[in-house]
Amino acid sequence: MGLRAKTFLCATVVVLSNAFGDFFMKRGLPDTARLNTPLEYVTMLFQPWVTLGVLLLVVWQLSRMALLSWADLSYVLPVTSIGYVVVALIGRVFLDESISPTRWAGILLIMGGVALVSLGTSPSTAAPSASPRLRAKSEASSQEEPA
Amino acid sequence: MKWALVLLMVAATTVGEVLQAAGMRRHGEIHDFRPTAIGRALSLMARNRFVIGSIVAMAVSFFAFMKLLSMTDLSFAVPVSAVTYVMETVLAKYVLKERVNALRWAGAMLVVFGVTLVSM
Repeated sequence: MGLRAKTFLCATVVVLSNAFGDFFMKRGLPDTARLNTPLEYVTMLFQPWVTLGVLLLVVWQLSRMALLSWADLSYVLPVTSIGYVVVALIGRVFLDESISPTRWAGILLIMGGVALVSLGTSPSTAAPSASPRLRAKSEASSQEEPA
Repeated sequence: MKWALVLLMVAATTVGEVLQAAGMRRHGEIHDFRPTAIGRALSLMARNRFVIGSIVAMAVSFFAFMKLLSMTDLSFAVPVSAVTYVMETVLAKYVLKERVNALRWAGAMLVVFGVTLVSM
């Protein structure tokens, strides 16, 4: 598997584990959830769907750390900001949340804003001379299997 | 109530990330990835006050997010958490005295507009 395919796969895992982690947390929290004392918060973690959500969020952190070990933050943040749209779609489809056009517009603005913030943040460490992602491009496409 | 939670979550995330960066800088760069060396690094970190502080802050942020999720839509709670980027940009400029370029300010403004629209 070429580096480009590996990056794409890992970014997909990052986005989906985050989005579905949040979704399962929401799914597991009852509308009448009583969250007042620290004990009630900790007990809530053992609700099956909430536990699944938390586990997915652990996968999210680990996959994100793995991705960041070879990809720049200024690549990772804009690419994974698509997650804001994915989460909204999950809310719409699986939780029957009604999302007004205004809210969709807001979500798109946030996605663009997060992408701009990270592109405008100069890295404090020296970047490698040539991006390995680009170098791997031809390699990845030549190895693609016929569908 | 829900904006208080958003504020608490964003503040705790930001504090947690700053403490984590300070703690890890104090710890020094990690070069050795053998299991025993990682174990030693972890036990050092467990005694690093900045790292402990960052873990506490991130736990606060997580539970604030949980409380927010229990009260609002998924499609509200997740997008508004992006206010963190605005907070970090302001902090970078005025506390850490980093140079913040126009692109980054523009992004922070877009996030503010977006959160306003999401909450309408």
